[in-house]
Amino acid sequence: MAETALTNPGESPALAAGWQGIAADWSSDQRAFKNVSWGKAMMWIFLLSDTFIFSCFLLSYMTARMSTTVPWPNPSEVFALEIAGHHIPLILIAIMTFVLISSSGTMAMAVNFGYRRDRAKTAVLMLVTAAFGATFVGMQAFEWTKLIMEGVRPWENPWGAAQFGSSFFMITGFHGTHVTIGVIFLIAIARKVWRGDFDVERRGFFTSRKGRYEIVEITGLYWHFVDLVWVFIFAFFYLW
Amino acid sequence: MTNVAVHLEGHQPSLHAHMHDTIAAGATHVEGQQHPIKLYLVVWGWLFVLSTGSYLVDYFGLHGYLRWSLILLFMVLKAGLIVAVFMHMAWERLALVYAILLPPVAVLVFVAIMVFESEYTHLIRALFFAPVA
Repeated sequence: MAETALTNPGESPALAAGWQGIAADWSSDQRAFKNVSWGKAMMWIFLLSDTFIFSCFLLSYMTARMSTTVPWPNPSEVFALEIAGHHIPLILIAIMTFVLISSSGTMAMAVNFGYRRDRAKTAVLMLVTAAFGATFVGMQAFEWTKLIMEGVRPWENPWGAAQFGSSFFMITGFHGTHVTIGVIFLIAIARKVWRGDFDVERRGFFTSRKGRYEIVEITGLYWHFVDLVWVFIFAFFYLW
Repeated sequence: MTNVAVHLEGHQPSLHAHMHDTIAAGATHVEGQQHPIKLYLVVWGWLFVLSTGSYLVDYFGLHGYLRWSLILLFMVLKAGLIVAVFMHMAWERLALVYAILLPPVAVLVFVAIMVFESEYTHLIRALFFAPVA
């Protein structure tokens, strides 16, 4: 018996069969990421997959823009605004960038106060982050409305290459969806923090597990990623 | 015996440094990514400066390679700051850092492939589908 155990050290005596067996095998005790919890590791892996999605969008935009023989509309002019009689190029996008960066700053501080178990400050900072996010989405809705009124469609626009519209709606629409989901995520977690779920170890209604303040950091990872994607969209779509 | 002692002594600084690192890494883990608020504020400030920089590239209408290199420079610096400090990648173990940051590098290969493809498509369109006067 001892010999069997030595030659087959990885085999436990009773292996579950069927669906339970599948679940047991996949959740077996093997970790690659030593001091990172599964929640954080999984969020990172999700973000990695999301990176590929946005990479594909930006790549298809690059391909469309490089291969068209029709001139590409000048984003600097397309996204310009008249403010108090002044014609300012790209100003709305610049403001949106600053709003999103500010939301990342408040999020980073929320994570910090979360680990200090400062319930009120964490919740308030998360709600401020959510408010910045909602502002961003609002400005994006304004931008979409303006462009649609000016005649931009996924198949045509008044200024040049038809692919401009499809790239624009696809990329900014997908990013805006991410921001919207992030705002909902932030509000849900902020509510839990405010209620003190992580201090009294209240079980979640969905998972029936005790939460920890680490969820604030995990939410933060998602939020910072949304900001990170905007950095690339801002550079490649609006500035290039 | 003396020999051994001398030998050990010679290694002590590096050993000590290593132990210190391990302890420091363990400590960060226990407290769960605790860093001074000031660090976040400094990074926040830098992100504002860099964003202003990239906006000014457009505002002053720089063009050509200067424009593109400045845009890419500001973009990479901003992305680096967000990932390293805000997302705490600078303090994670290398196993996680490499697992997450290396795969996106493969996207650059995809970029190269699509650049070839676009050039080819553009050439064919210019040759055969150009508007005839």
